[in-house]
Amino acid sequence: MVNVIDSAPPVPKAPAKRAGQPGAGPWIRRVPLVPALVFMFVVTQIPFVLTLWYSFQKYNLNFPTAPRDFPTFYNYRQIFGDHVFRIAALNTVILTAVPVICAVVFGVGIALLLNRYVFGRGFLRTLIISPFLVMPTAAALVWKFTILDTTFGILNFFLRPIGLGSENWIGQHSQITIIAFLTWMWTPFMVLLALAGLQSQGEDLLEAARVDGAGSWSIFRSLTLPQLRPYIELGVLLGSIYIVQAFDGIYIITAGGPSTDTTNLPYYIYEVAFQAYDIGRASAMAVIVVIATILIATGALRAVSSLFSTEGMQGR
Amino acid sequence: MSRQTRTLADRQAKPVTRLVLGLATWIVVLIFFFPVLWMALTGLKTEPDADTSTPHFIFKPTFAEYASVWKGAGGLNSLPSYLEHSVVITVLSTLVVLLLALPAAYALSIRPVTKWRDVLFFFISTKMLPIVGAIIPLYVIARDLHVLDHQRLLVVLYTGMNLPIAVWMLRSFLLEVPPAVIEAARVDGAGVLRQMRSVILPIISPGVAATALICFIFAWNEFFLAVNLTTVNGATVPIYLVGFVQPEGPFLAHLSAAATVACLPVLLAGWAAQDKLVRGLSMGAVK
Repeated sequence: MVNVIDSAPPVPKAPAKRAGQPGAGPWIRRVPLVPALVFMFVVTQIPFVLTLWYSFQKYNLNFPTAPRDFPTFYNYRQIFGDHVFRIAALNTVILTAVPVICAVVFGVGIALLLNRYVFGRGFLRTLIISPFLVMPTAAALVWKFTILDTTFGILNFFLRPIGLGSENWIGQHSQITIIAFLTWMWTPFMVLLALAGLQSQGEDLLEAARVDGAGSWSIFRSLTLPQLRPYIELGVLLGSIYIVQAFDGIYIITAGGPSTDTTNLPYYIYEVAFQAYDIGRASAMAVIVVIATILIATGALRAVSSLFSTEGMQGR
Repeated sequence: MSRQTRTLADRQAKPVTRLVLGLATWIVVLIFFFPVLWMALTGLKTEPDADTSTPHFIFKPTFAEYASVWKGAGGLNSLPSYLEHSVVITVLSTLVVLLLALPAAYALSIRPVTKWRDVLFFFISTKMLPIVGAIIPLYVIARDLHVLDHQRLLVVLYTGMNLPIAVWMLRSFLLEVPPAVIEAARVDGAGVLRQMRSVILPIISPGVAATALICFIFAWNEFFLAVNLTTVNGATVPIYLVGFVQPEGPFLAHLSAAATVACLPVLLAGWAAQDKLVRGLSMGAVK
């Protein structure tokens, strides 16, 4: 049971003591880092620079010999007049924020239930992580054809007794469908984080509070929730990073539709790049997405920086 | 991990409350697990049993669809060749990740470089940038280098995708190696490589295994890069499954069997590594 967030490691103090080791010069120390750093630089940084480069060109794979007019702001001007881009941006916010919030709420709730003594607890814990492990592509197909389908889907069968038996979920409630799918997939992640948080809670403190006559709700609000806070913040941060890029489920279940109802920015960029082959415009959109991500991530990271800093977690 | 002691709160609760909460836990967890269960069950049906508007809960289970998926029948390209691609790509990329990440994590923990903090944040920042920001040049470069639809392309990209996670995770395990043990080995005259091989690696081997499993899970399930950069020869299992999006004829049992086979390796790996899962998913931040 070692569910303590990575707290102050012995690292910062180490260099002074170990600097005297034979053969421990600063250059020798850097050698083991070089391959990984070079690799990451080549694989991630160069493509981003190229994306920026392409974004200032009229570059369409359908017209490979057409003049590229570098540098041009044509792509950016087009995007700012493109109402689908605005819809996709708004959809991205909705299809990220709502699943993250729902997954946190469900995750904390299920973790609270699982943190009690319950018959078959280990078994239930194994079952609950499954939605996160299954291949998103496979899960999306199973949802689309065997669960949500108007005729053959089992959801409508279950809903028939309450008079909702012929709902066209994917066609008429596409955003709810995608939100439900993403929530289902990410709730286990939040359960695991919240369970780790709950198990780091001192049992003595809880018992003392109970002996003092504190009710369940006030214990939850003034002891459990503050304890869980850093874990929830971490879950929101990591969940947002991944869900904002949601693609698999949208590609398979709704294909961004109907119309543009579930088109988020990753899916829209995919359409522009790989169906319209407009490399320039898609790159410009990608640049805007990357800049927005940097702005938001910097803000979010500052807010929760103690989570990833290697000191300071203990103070919470 | 599983703390099976009854807390005071549990003991004080009325038996009825305990029963209700216990039942609620089971119901909620089973609802979440249901799609996975339904997938595996539907795969055990025949097509006439599977393609019904009133689901057949009682049916004669048969492995026929699993067998036909395995043999590649059903009018689609055969699953085994895609499975083979997936295995080769995930195993190779996981090995490369470990080879690159172990020395890097060492230089960020046991004998840290001066700017170890900046380096760590560089690694994690690459995970925060959306992949759509890189996919277009990746496609163009791969096309120009004639590696589109090649397995080695995905090996390289999945290595890049998992390397930051592995560095963070392995570092968190290396930090737990008692400095005294390494010091003792050093005093005994062991060089850096020898310290690594005979002292550090045996201690962190569970951590290395957990890191490998996390990398395996992410690489196995990856879809976005695979769908944009491969078609047949380098295509992985998710691309095989996409073939079901435009179905012909009754197919639910066949689809479910294929989906179950596709999910099984990661489900087994994840269940086996569940105690280390949270640590990997939080990149070592939560132990």
